[in-house]
Amino acid sequence: MKGYSGKILHIDLKTRKTRVEEKPEEWYKLWIGGVSMASRLCWENIVPGCDPYSPENPVCIANGIFAGTPVPVGGKFGLASKSPLTGFLGDSLSGSWFSIALKRAGWDGVVLHNSSDTWVNVFIDDDRVDFLDATYLLGKGTFQTEEAIREKLGDDQVRSCTIGVCGEHMVRYANVTNDGRQAGRTGHGAVWASKKLKALSVRGTKGVTVADPKKLMELSFHISKEAQGKYTEKYRIYGTTTNMLDMDKIGLLPTRNYQDGTFEHVNLVSGQYLDAHHKVKVIACAQCPIACEQMSIVKTGPFAGAMTGVEYESLQANSSNLGISDMRACIQLLEIADHDGMDSMSMGVTISYAMECYEKGVLKKEDFACKQFPEGIEMNFGNGEAAVTLAKMIRDREGIGDLLAEGTRIACKKIDAERGTESWKWAMNIKGLECPGYDARALKTFSVGLATGTRGGCHNRSAAYDPDIKGEVNRFTIDETRGKVAAESEEYAAVYDTLPLCKFIRRCFTGKADRAGAWPAIAELINATTGWDFGYDDVDLIGIRAHTIKKAFNIREGWTATDDDLPWRWKNEPFTKGASAGYTVSDEELAYLKDIYYQAKGWTKDGLIPSDLLIKLGMPDVAEQIGVKGE
Amino acid sequence: MATSTSKYEYIVCDPAACIGCQLCEYVCSYTKTGEYNSYRSRIRVVRMDEVLISAIACRTCENAPCVVVCPRDALTQDSESGIIRVDSTKCDGCAWCIEACDFGAISINPATKLAEICDQCETVEGGPQCVLWCPKEALTLTNPDRQAQKTRRDLIKDSLEFPTKTKDPR
Repeated sequence: MKGYSGKILHIDLKTRKTRVEEKPEEWYKLWIGGVSMASRLCWENIVPGCDPYSPENPVCIANGIFAGTPVPVGGKFGLASKSPLTGFLGDSLSGSWFSIALKRAGWDGVVLHNSSDTWVNVFIDDDRVDFLDATYLLGKGTFQTEEAIREKLGDDQVRSCTIGVCGEHMVRYANVTNDGRQAGRTGHGAVWASKKLKALSVRGTKGVTVADPKKLMELSFHISKEAQGKYTEKYRIYGTTTNMLDMDKIGLLPTRNYQDGTFEHVNLVSGQYLDAHHKVKVIACAQCPIACEQMSIVKTGPFAGAMTGVEYESLQANSSNLGISDMRACIQLLEIADHDGMDSMSMGVTISYAMECYEKGVLKKEDFACKQFPEGIEMNFGNGEAAVTLAKMIRDREGIGDLLAEGTRIACKKIDAERGTESWKWAMNIKGLECPGYDARALKTFSVGLATGTRGGCHNRSAAYDPDIKGEVNRFTIDETRGKVAAESEEYAAVYDTLPLCKFIRRCFTGKADRAGAWPAIAELINATTGWDFGYDDVDLIGIRAHTIKKAFNIREGWTATDDDLPWRWKNEPFTKGASAGYTVSDEELAYLKDIYYQAKGWTKDGLIPSDLLIKLGMPDVAEQIGVKGE
Repeated sequence: MATSTSKYEYIVCDPAACIGCQLCEYVCSYTKTGEYNSYRSRIRVVRMDEVLISAIACRTCENAPCVVVCPRDALTQDSESGIIRVDSTKCDGCAWCIEACDFGAISINPATKLAEICDQCETVEGGPQCVLWCPKEALTLTNPDRQAQKTRRDLIKDSLEFPTKTKDPR
């Protein structure tokens, strides 16, 4: 088998024993890698119904098919477990040198079972696995931890996935970091901490070979050069931060916890402003010729010296969404999130929830008391210093930070129960995962993509905002086509998440990003790597299978159609100003959209998956467990 | 302090342009070995922290210390190109050359345990493959004169207004 080693490494953190599982080539043809293979490993290895923090919830890592080769943007891996935020599948991607080291070490996937009794740094050294004491790493930030491990092991090529202080404190939306990139969402850092796994390091010294290297070099060279042209201009110059002005213009920029869709100070927190005043350098993920990460620094004021990469989702969640117009405070907030290891999106939306609670009198100044400010903090929107203090309180689980570290869903439940309030109405999460920077009130196709999303409020799995924003469909209204549009867009995205390839490369194959433009080129890359004979339909099936296994996992965890919902605010409170004023997604509209979406997927009206569909997709064992009779 | 006294060509990396993607390492190792493996690359990317990134390959020093120091005379320097060649029948992987190199530009092949040094792809069509592939044109094959000229030009470009006559007349 080319492109794969055929081996999955199982590591038991408690007994400290390892086991090698050999998978047949047919298995790889079904699951490929990345999010799909990681989700499949979850299906095979997670005990159904387990507590996400229990030893029964293993950490599943699946490498990318192109990791370690020159295929542009192919240096990525998938990471999945049962999410402590959603109780469903938590699947993340990260672009990283970790994936390349893992490929060179000869492992297609790693499953970390059970829980360690003491803090551990697992070190995969080619074929050998060491369980190193991690006590000396405790309290260190994410990048610091990686550096300390490299120093201790004496090799720059050792790559690590680490958790920061937020992970150690089991902030429910803590993440896993490697080389400044994050498997960011759904709380992997907290799962790792529950296993006392501070870091997973890899050294791989073996070469990576492919079936047809000459062809792969030709294809890769072409894509890499195309990626320097107009197709990636947006990402190369301002990165995704350019969305700030675009989203404001169409009135969907999350502002003050999604109360507004336009921000009066947007020019002070735009990508263009960042570029002019804060940008130091752009950097790339492993194997990426685009380089979209805008490394930005604060030069003046109380946060001078703060530096981190800034992108749209993190930026909106911590600027307009908090009513903050001081870019310096935003960069400081993001540095805390990245350095100490928590999801900047969930963090921003949790802080904005708390700010709205403060402005509406649900939480008082004294509720925000901490060591630094024993009398409390005035947590108004726009108060950058207050937000920074609250982020640190969340990190350290100090005062109310302890509750807010649980995410908006758990926090609002507790606050409302204690105070008889209705703050759940502005707890902006879907299935427990905080919402992204695309307000769905006037992105009606995307709204059903978000509501039905297997991992909750995520803009990366459903890509249905694209046809909405581009005007391929009318974003303000619904019609019978939207179920299909939403289903196809998430299956399209799932192909990229499975290989994985970064979606920013999507136009560089042929100039056209649609299936006809991209699938044949992706099939060529797969064939040159593996020697298989994939065609258009095989590539298309990758995405359908990936999405199906995730959904199947959720069904096994007890998912029902009522879980596919939107935040109350999006269903009941229209914007009063801006280009999207006056719109909501009503309960009736959502119910209709869900119906036609389930139908487009070939599922039952309750959103369950018929057995014959699962069998057709090559998953008879899944059909046996969760398949239902078709309608 | 590391100094190169080269009169020859060598590959340099502009750290302001380098994005740290490491494509040069894959391309180098593939060109030399048919495999993708950073450990087999003769150009190496260094990431000191998130923004301090650059790549280093052989600087073809004049009277190269690695050549002088080799106890088995395995290393020779081409008098025309300055390229340093390793005779694999003589090299025994003692790594004295690595200690002598001010730039950390020599590595030991983990499979053969012998020294490997950038040869600017002298036998490969199209010249240095890393330069050809570098997506940000951060890598260039240059010599001290050309490098100085480029630095002077960049300095002037950055510090002075562009001349009026080349401006768009509108």
